[in-house]
Amino acid sequence: MSKDAHVGPPLWLLAELTYECPLHCAYCSNPTDLGKREDELTTEAWLDVLTQARELGSVQLGFSGGEPLLRKDLETLVEHGRQSGFYTNLITSGIGLTEKRIKQLKAAGLDHIQISFQAADPELNDAIAGRGKAFDQKLKMAEIVKSEGYPMVLNFVISRQNIEQIPQILELSCQLNADYVELATAQYYGWAFDNRDHLLPTQQQLRHAEATVNGFRDQQDNAGPQFIFVTPDYYEDRPKACMNGWASTFLTITPDGSALPCHSAKILPLDFPNVTEKTIADIWHKDFSFNHFRGESWMPQPCQSCDEKEKDFGGCRCQAFMLTGDMNRTDPVCSKSDDHHLITEAIEQAKNPTAPLKHRKRVADIALMKL
Amino acid sequence: MTHAPNVPKMNTLFRLQFEKAQGCFVLLYPEGMVKLNDSAAEILQQIDGLTSVDEIQHQLQQKFPQAGDIRDDIEEFLATAQAKRWISYV
Repeated sequence: MSKDAHVGPPLWLLAELTYECPLHCAYCSNPTDLGKREDELTTEAWLDVLTQARELGSVQLGFSGGEPLLRKDLETLVEHGRQSGFYTNLITSGIGLTEKRIKQLKAAGLDHIQISFQAADPELNDAIAGRGKAFDQKLKMAEIVKSEGYPMVLNFVISRQNIEQIPQILELSCQLNADYVELATAQYYGWAFDNRDHLLPTQQQLRHAEATVNGFRDQQDNAGPQFIFVTPDYYEDRPKACMNGWASTFLTITPDGSALPCHSAKILPLDFPNVTEKTIADIWHKDFSFNHFRGESWMPQPCQSCDEKEKDFGGCRCQAFMLTGDMNRTDPVCSKSDDHHLITEAIEQAKNPTAPLKHRKRVADIALMKL
Repeated sequence: MTHAPNVPKMNTLFRLQFEKAQGCFVLLYPEGMVKLNDSAAEILQQIDGLTSVDEIQHQLQQKFPQAGDIRDDIEEFLATAQAKRWISYV
């Protein structure tokens, strides 16, 4: 394909090892259909994925999920990733981590650990996570991660559930001596999309939170954690440059081996390839689904004639699909979109949620709880 | 002439390596990558937490005799690297 000439390597490889997770956060962006554990890729298949992607030029490797610690072969995969030259990132809830495992992972060559927190105190944290004692465990593990010499990133998904705690979150991050702290407002995919009315902060809450973070940053004097505040695109006039452009930089492999240009693309009406059936090079450079939204020729109006199309690439395909039912449309976040009213309606709707909050759980688990 | 702080060391957040696919040296850090130009890569490769700025200058001067006086370039780059927290001083 002629489009192919400009395609660089998938610099970022996200290995979603399992969708199993000990937490039940309502903001989770995993698919609401979590699949079956039996369908997960084998150790050998993952090793092969890492080798192939590295040869293609991938350099950042994220082990994610669900909770990647639930895979007993994590150390094996980390070791192979590191030896192949990847910068290896573990993205974890901290649940299931032990001092022994932190040391084993270090010995295997793990470069960095990112721990998620749900709030700055045990009560709220454990209520959001749907699991008792989660906060204490995270705290303990964060201390050991630092004492073992890892760079540590803390990730707080910010929503209406915890946005009033920003000052305490900033303080906790300093106490734990984090290197980077992501204050990322929830993105409305997967479970979070279903729970949007409960999660989306008001514009006033957001402005206040952002001002608090900026004020804190100003008095930091180039010391302590670096705070990164990510606002939700629902309050922007232009869409986010989703994944830096479709299949330009990111490659996600899901637990069952599906290859995706982003972690939520599986919802789209496109057939995505599987690493057990095709090579990574073929997937990245030749697959119909990966080429489908590359470049500009697919773009509808108003994107096609917009002078900002090279900045945001028409926004997020998943968001266009979830909100309008058509993945080919302009992201409704854009104020130029004919569908932009869907966003203003969503903001209005979130002021009075009608459906109950849905904690992330397996259907089988829910059935069990009803018994 | 020696003046403190004089011995730079890499911040453990960053890993320096050659990337074949990029055709250059890069600094890797949590979820990110910085591509380096040739002179930045040459200077960073000399940093080991033991070698002083004077010695780094001397070594690079020997390696690239045609480059002329490179002291200012080195100091300028090290100042940038320190501001970006790639390096600190022992």
